[in-house]
Formats: sequence, structure tokens, C-alpha cells
Amino acid sequence: MRAQGRQHKLNLNNRHSWLDFSFKYGALLIIALVIIVLSAVNSAFFSYDNIADILRAISITMFVAIGVTLSQIVDGFDLSVGSTVSLTTVVAATLMVWFNQPLIVVIIVPLVIGVVIGLINAFLIVRVRIPDLLATLAVMYVIAGIHKTYTKGYSIYNNMPMSDGTKAPGKFLPDFLWIGQGKLLGVPVPVVLMIVAVALVHLFLTYTRWGRQLYITGGNREAARLAGIKVNRIRLVAYVLSGLFAAIGGILYAARIGSGQVDAGAGLLMDSVAAVFVGYSVFGAGKPNVIGTFFGALLIGVLINGLTMLNLPYFAFDIVKGAVLVLALAVTFVHLNRRKKNG
Amino acid sequence: MTATNGRLELTMRGIVKSFAGVPALRNVDFSVLGGEIHALLGANGAGKSTLMKICSGAYTADAGEIRMSGEALHIGSPLDAMNQGIACVYQEVDTVLVPDLTVTENVMLDHIVRSRGFGTVRWSLLHREAERILAAIGAADIAVRSKAQELTIAQKQLVLIAKAVAQQAKVIIFDEPTAPLSLEEAGRLFAVMRSLRDDGVACIFISHRLDEVFALCDRITVMRDGERVATIATGETNPKSIIETMIGKPFEEEFPKLQTTIGETLLEVRNLSHGTKVRDVSLTVRRSEIVAVVGLVGAGKTELSRLLAGADVADSGEVLLNGRRLRLTQPYDAIRAGIVLVPEERRAQGVLVEESVKTNLSLPSLRELSSPLGFIKAVAERRHAERAVTELGIVTQGLDQPVKLLSGGNQQKVAVGKWLPTDADVYLFDEPTKGVDVGAKSDMFRLIGELAVQGKGIVYFSCELAEVLGIADRILVMSYGAIVKELSREEATQDKILYYASAGEAAQVELE
Repeated sequence: MRAQGRQHKLNLNNRHSWLDFSFKYGALLIIALVIIVLSAVNSAFFSYDNIADILRAISITMFVAIGVTLSQIVDGFDLSVGSTVSLTTVVAATLMVWFNQPLIVVIIVPLVIGVVIGLINAFLIVRVRIPDLLATLAVMYVIAGIHKTYTKGYSIYNNMPMSDGTKAPGKFLPDFLWIGQGKLLGVPVPVVLMIVAVALVHLFLTYTRWGRQLYITGGNREAARLAGIKVNRIRLVAYVLSGLFAAIGGILYAARIGSGQVDAGAGLLMDSVAAVFVGYSVFGAGKPNVIGTFFGALLIGVLINGLTMLNLPYFAFDIVKGAVLVLALAVTFVHLNRRKKNG
Repeated sequence: MTATNGRLELTMRGIVKSFAGVPALRNVDFSVLGGEIHALLGANGAGKSTLMKICSGAYTADAGEIRMSGEALHIGSPLDAMNQGIACVYQEVDTVLVPDLTVTENVMLDHIVRSRGFGTVRWSLLHREAERILAAIGAADIAVRSKAQELTIAQKQLVLIAKAVAQQAKVIIFDEPTAPLSLEEAGRLFAVMRSLRDDGVACIFISHRLDEVFALCDRITVMRDGERVATIATGETNPKSIIETMIGKPFEEEFPKLQTTIGETLLEVRNLSHGTKVRDVSLTVRRSEIVAVVGLVGAGKTELSRLLAGADVADSGEVLLNGRRLRLTQPYDAIRAGIVLVPEERRAQGVLVEESVKTNLSLPSLRELSSPLGFIKAVAERRHAERAVTELGIVTQGLDQPVKLLSGGNQQKVAVGKWLPTDADVYLFDEPTKGVDVGAKSDMFRLIGELAVQGKGIVYFSCELAEVLGIADRILVMSYGAIVKELSREEATQDKILYYASAGEAAQVELE
């Protein structure tokens, strides 16, 4: 009986350490595996140009995902980020094409819109106390409606015909396009911006008292409140930053494509949520964190890039992305439940 | 072990369990017989809850075996335990009962779920059966058609017991069932437990209240540091020796009250009201004074403490500190003004269980521990935490240990310790000794006494009369949301407090 008990214990430990290992390094292993396989299949994969391409492709997702990470940290959820990208993209485009505005206005106005959306979300969630998923779901549809009404459903591009039959007066500014298409010391500008943003947000979250308060608020709001943290302000800050980063994503999108596409951000919500949940477990963090989110976005970017190389039809990509999200959620929640059970 | 002569015997042998490498149970043997009430005692962190959670299937043991009357049991889940006839009456009854279902549905849930046929339920039959079971345990006054959420905590416990009886439980674990009960309700629970015992059920009773244990139990098992240190018949021991066994050293019964000189008025509360829970409360607290607010469970003590701490906003009335009127809209306001709270719900509100000792201790002082740019100074934070750990004697494996792995008493020290560097004037303690073992309790009293010596004003909310009489300078008796009587340290006795606490305002009118 004793011996049997010991045997049992051994098995348990093995199973647990295997789970722990896959939790901590699973996402990284999959990234490495995909890179190795794709490099073997196609020699062009592991080239500087292609890697720069992958990073550029994930840079917009990453900005949106930073916002999602922040709302997740305070135990909230922001579904409106995708629509915010769509709206800010067309606003930036129309400011140039329709209204001939200078660069500073083209950048500031979308950022202000992002902040305002964040404030609206925070008001609904913190003041009116609508559950975060429902509040931001509603806001998501409102914003999507606004951006289509504003553009009458047309994409915005240089020399587009206006409703009065004339040509649009303005054009995309070269300086603006540089943000999305230019290079800095051989590195694409969006990639540079992404790396800077990840580094700054990581420092903010890990080493400042505001970052600490975000995590504490998300961990146990009532205990945080009783310890003197202004939890409502902290949650407001999280949603405002979420809107702001989505707006940056929108600006990058317009600059990258060189036009204002309708529904540009529609696919970004799922990508960024998947990135955040993949990142939840990276290095065993066990909480939403921006470095993990970066690796989550990288995983998705590498997969999409590889699938493109394998000539898979683009409409099948959602299957892969959805599967990644399901897998990441499964790993996350198995871990959370295990932690809960073991007190 | 010995032959059981057909008498039920549940034995746990060689039970080992550790959490994240920290051993919680080391090779524990435990046995309970049918027809006895067996107390399981130990300081917080001794492992009694863990042992019982293994027995009831909430946890799985790393090693060891469980046998029922000689036959080996496999208990891998709460359902397994239920099927083997092991039931559990928790302190948090609300997590087990379904609030929207009727008493009958809750009691007979197992029957309903497992009934054969085409899913038709014969309600009249079920109601009658539920009534029969409730009557058998002396709880016939509970209406079987009322919803579980309409019941008091004591009634919910009785429903849980009825549910265990309906499942023909052979072993029932009572995990600190009396903590939220009044004396009368506890007495009724004990009567039920005795009748279950007489029917041959094995009852395991976990409690911190030794008077209850000695009045009720046949045998006592004491645990300490994850090991069983003694099992003894109640008649062959006494409370003092049990306490010594629990803490492993001779027990000093007195919590000596430190001498202080009471100063000027610090906190003044005028006509504070909040719904029906707090009604027109006025009180003052002076420097170096310990004012106790006592009352039965549900008298409104916690609600009052939350109003003073800014956690809830009062409907009317005012709070003044040092003569200045405070505007309390959130705890931040109270803390800034100098009023801090150590809340009753320690694990949910007092500490952040997932966070480290260091993070918990630095929480209210983050601004002081940060550079102007907001970066937390790692060295300063560490030193800050080290100081609190040393001063309060917090037992931890390190500053980075998550608070959830500390014992109840040490968690409470962390909950208090985080306020010490904030230089608050008024400390509110809401049931600070709840779920805290004897050793940590006397540490807590010493700490509160020292705060008073330093000139702090203390408001001590509690229903533990003996503790209140030991520590307080002045006692305010609360009943149904109002303060019905003020007693000085000299005139207060347990009887007087109980009289005012249970009779409420009626008693006040009658006496004056």
C-alpha cells in the first residue's frame, strides 16, 4: 500500500512538472518549431527581409494587443479596440485626403479619438457598472457604425472622387507614409516603434508604482481599494491607454497601406486577444504581460507568414488563429484552475 | 487498528500533502469512530483544514490511504467522498447551497438528480421527505418551500446537515460551523450534532472555541505543523493543556494590558447612518484609547467599520478627525486623513493572497518608496518590508513568499503591518482574532496595546467578549445597527454585555 502511494505521488509530480514546463515554455517552443520547420521547407523564410516582414506585419497587432493587455491586467476586457483601429485609420486618411491637414493634426486627432473612446468605455464600466464585455461590445458596434457612416462605406484614397463630383483635394503626406513604410537604419519604422513601445510599457508595468497598482487592482479590486488604491481611476487609466494604443495602431495601419480601408481593424481584435492569452503563460508569468504578448503576436505572425509561403488561402488563416486562441485559452485556464484548487 | 465490532471507523493513515513544495501534512494518522464527536484542533496552518479537504475530496493526498471500516476508499473528488458517505458542513454555507432553489430541492438535490424515469419529480413526496428529515434533526421550523437564500446562516447550516442525512452520510465534517452563529444558534447546532452521534454518525468538529469543544466532544485530536501530536479523550484533559499542546509551549493565559494615559479627542462620529445596518451612531475615540464596539453577529459592526474607513458612504452623519470634518468617498480619503482599517475578511480584503509579503507590506507606502518618475526603489522597498517582518515577528520563508502560504495569524500581521509606516492616527480592527491561533492572538493584542501607547486611537470591533474585556478601555454595545449602551472597563462584565447586545434598545429603556 505504501509503495503504491509513493508510485502515485511520482506520477503526479511528473504530470505536474510536464504541465508546468509546457505552461512556461510551450509558446516559445512552438515558435521555435514553426521557424525550424519553415526554414527547412523554404530557404527564403529565415532571411533578414522575411523576418523584418513578419515583425512589420505584427507591429500593428502589437499596438492593439498592448491595449488589450492593459485592460486584461485590471481584470477588464476591451472589445472595442478593433473598431477603434478602423475609425482612427479612416479619420487619419480623411484628414489628409479630404481636408488637407498638416501632419501634426493628422496624428493628434486620431489619438484624441482613441482617448475619448477609452473614457466612454471607462465611464460605462466604472460608473454605470455595465460588465466590461457587454459595455465594450456595444461601444464596438457604435464605433463601427460611426466609421462607416463617416466614410459612407467607401475606402479613402488619393484622388478619390468626392460626392460633388470633384476630386479629393489632398493626398497622403510623404512624412505620414514614412511612419508605416519607411526605414530607420535598415529597420522598418513600425518595428522600431513597436520595440520602443514594448520596452516602455514593460518598464511602466514592472517597475513603476502605477504598473504595480494596475496589477493589484486586477488581482483583487476590493482589497486594493481598502489598501488605499483609487481603483476606479486605475481602471479608467487602463481603458484610456487601451483606446490610445488602438488609435496608434489605426494611424500605423493608414500609414502602412497608404489608404483608409473600411473595417481595417476588424481582424485585429481576435489577433490581439490571442496574443495576450498566449503571452499570459510565457516564461510562467501567469498574468497578462507585455513581453509575453509580444511573443504571442510573434507566434501568430510567424504562423501566418508560414501559411502564406505554403500558399494556404488567406481565408483559412482564421482557422489557424482561432485554434491558437483556443489552445492559449486552454493552457491559461487549466493553469488558473489548478492554481485555484491548490489554494 | 482495533476490531470495530460492526461500529463504523474512518481511518486516514500516512497522509502526506504539500503545496508548491511546502509540506502541509507530514505522515498524518487520524481516525474517527461512528457515534462519537471528535474534535480536530490546531493553530492556523497546523493542517487540519487540509486534512479534512483530503477526506472530503477537495484535495488529493500525495500519499497515504483512507479506509472506512477496514475497506480502502478511493476519494478523488467531492463526489467520490459523497458516494462513500462523507459529507461536509462548511462555514461558508453559501458556496454549497443553491440560493434560488427551495429547501426541499437543496436537501433532496442528490435524489432529484439521480432519480430514474422520465425526469418527472413527485414534489409532494419530496417535500414530505425533506420535512421528515428536518424534523428528525430538530429543525421542523424551517419551511421546506422557502428558498435557500431567504434563510439565516444557522438555518442554512441545518439544511446542509439535512442534506447530509438525506444522502445517508456516515461521516460529517463540521468545519468551524459556529464562527458565524449566535450562542443560541450554536446551542441548537450542538443538539443536532449530539442526536447525529446517537444515531451512530461519526462527527468531526473543527473549532477555535475550546469551551465548545469541551462541552461537546468525546475525543480530541490536536495537530501542529502538519503533524498529529495527540489524540485524547476529553475527560482526561483540560483546556490549558490542550492549548499548550497546540502551540507546543506553556501558555500564558493573560494578555496583559499596557498602561497608557488617554489624551485628547481624536475621532468623533456624529449621527452616522447607513440604511438599516447602521442607525444614528455617535462615538468618540481619544488618543491612546482602545474603544471596543461589541455586538452579536449581524449587529452592524462591520458596516460601521466600513463607513469609518470610507469603504462605504454613509447616508447621513459626519466623521471628524482632530476636529476636522472628513469627506469620505473612498478608502483612500480615510487613509490620507489617518484612519486605517484591518478588515474582517482577511483573505478576501485584508491582504492580497496571491502577492508577496513584500508587495503587500509596501502597498500603502508606494508613493514614498518611489522616485519622482514613479519607479519603485527596489532596495528601499525590500528594507521597508524587512523592517515590518522583524518588528512584527512575521513567520515567512522570505519577503517574496506569497501571502497565501502564510498561516492565518501571520497573514493578519501582514494586514496590520502595512499600515504601521503610514503614521495613521486611528486604527480600526474588525474581528482581528478571527481564525487566528492562540500564539498569534497574543501577538496581536500586544501590537494593539503598543499602538495605543504610541498615542493612536483604536476602535476594536469584536464579538469575542473575553478578548474585549481584556483589551478595551471603554466598551460600546451595538445591537441592530445602533449603539445601545456604553460601559467603562471597570463596570463591564460578560453578562452585562450579552444582556445589552441581545436585548437591544428594549433593555436600555427598561433599565433607565
